[in-house]
Amino acid sequence: MVVALLVLLGSELLGELIRGLLHLPVPGPVVGMVLLACFLIIKDRNKAASDEEERIPTALDTVSGSLIANMGLMFVPAGVGVISEAHLLQSQWLPIVGGLVGSTVLSLAVTAIIMHYESNLREKQRLAVSREEKLP
Amino acid sequence: MNHALIALWAPLAPSPLLWIVLTLGAYALARLLQRLGREAAFINPVLVAIVVMGVILIATRTPYKDYLEGAQFINFLLGPTTVALAVPLARNFHQVRTTLRGVSLALIGGSIASIVGGVGLVWILGGSRDVALSMAPKGVTTPIAMAVSQQIGGIPALTAAFAIIAGIIAAIVGRRLLSRLNIEDGREHGFAAGVAGSGVAAAQVTSLGSLAAAFAALGIALNGVLTALIAPIIIRLWQ
Repeated sequence: MVVALLVLLGSELLGELIRGLLHLPVPGPVVGMVLLACFLIIKDRNKAASDEEERIPTALDTVSGSLIANMGLMFVPAGVGVISEAHLLQSQWLPIVGGLVGSTVLSLAVTAIIMHYESNLREKQRLAVSREEKLP
Repeated sequence: MNHALIALWAPLAPSPLLWIVLTLGAYALARLLQRLGREAAFINPVLVAIVVMGVILIATRTPYKDYLEGAQFINFLLGPTTVALAVPLARNFHQVRTTLRGVSLALIGGSIASIVGGVGLVWILGGSRDVALSMAPKGVTTPIAMAVSQQIGGIPALTAAFAIIAGIIAAIVGRRLLSRLNIEDGREHGFAAGVAGSGVAAAQVTSLGSLAAAFAALGIALNGVLTALIAPIIIRLWQ
């Protein structure tokens, strides 16, 4: 568990350092996530492809899993901050509620629909190609 | 009675321990309520815990700044947890690679829909400029959303609230909306939740399995990076 925490916090620190050095507009933890993902993917590739389940160190797996399972808790302190913006929420509730609900629903639908149709299209193309291959 | 309560409260209030315990308690209670409500999506544990803590702060007249002094230890965990999303992402990388084109196109569409839709709706409904700018990056994970908001001239605290509420909305309506559109694939549910609702919505789709969680993590990371890059450009075009 100590090593897993070291990996997670170390990646975050490295992410913060890189963000500061390169003046990236992206926060440190996200840079850290990208770094750790690249590291794990490269490490997996060097391993035999057969033992898929053994790919990621189990301690890191467990610690990450329990952090992600309780991610909601970590948004509570920042979310409570909304009480100090109560006057804006009161005076502009309609544009705020409309903007939040409308654009979130729109974004969900657009993302899922594009991905869904692209994968259907690709599936059809794949079927068409395999049919052509069978013909001669 | 009241005096006794104040005598008890006064020495505890400045300690971080009190606010950590209360926040954990509020969240545990919210989770219990969700379980009792048969996992109904509208009993979102993040929303319930925020309301409970908000009521406690208002009732005890505690300034938010004092609360955050204790609760920042919980807030701190958001960093390593964001990094931890790399694990499901790496584990399912081969799945991600086969859908790369769909993922890229969906990401660009969903990200622009979130920014333009948010700013546009606030503007059409008569909201002020700072509210519209605070709305622009609300689809991405809270730390990125706040940084982008600062950069484009929004109010970061307001953006944090918007990001969390947007996540709650995505968590509540996501599964029902996509099912109505005949979309049942866990990868599509996960990615849409990550792009439109970031961490809060991702927390909801983890129940659909590790593949959905991986695509949610991918959505959070990619949309965070893309929004940080394009939100300032879109806002400049709007001016």
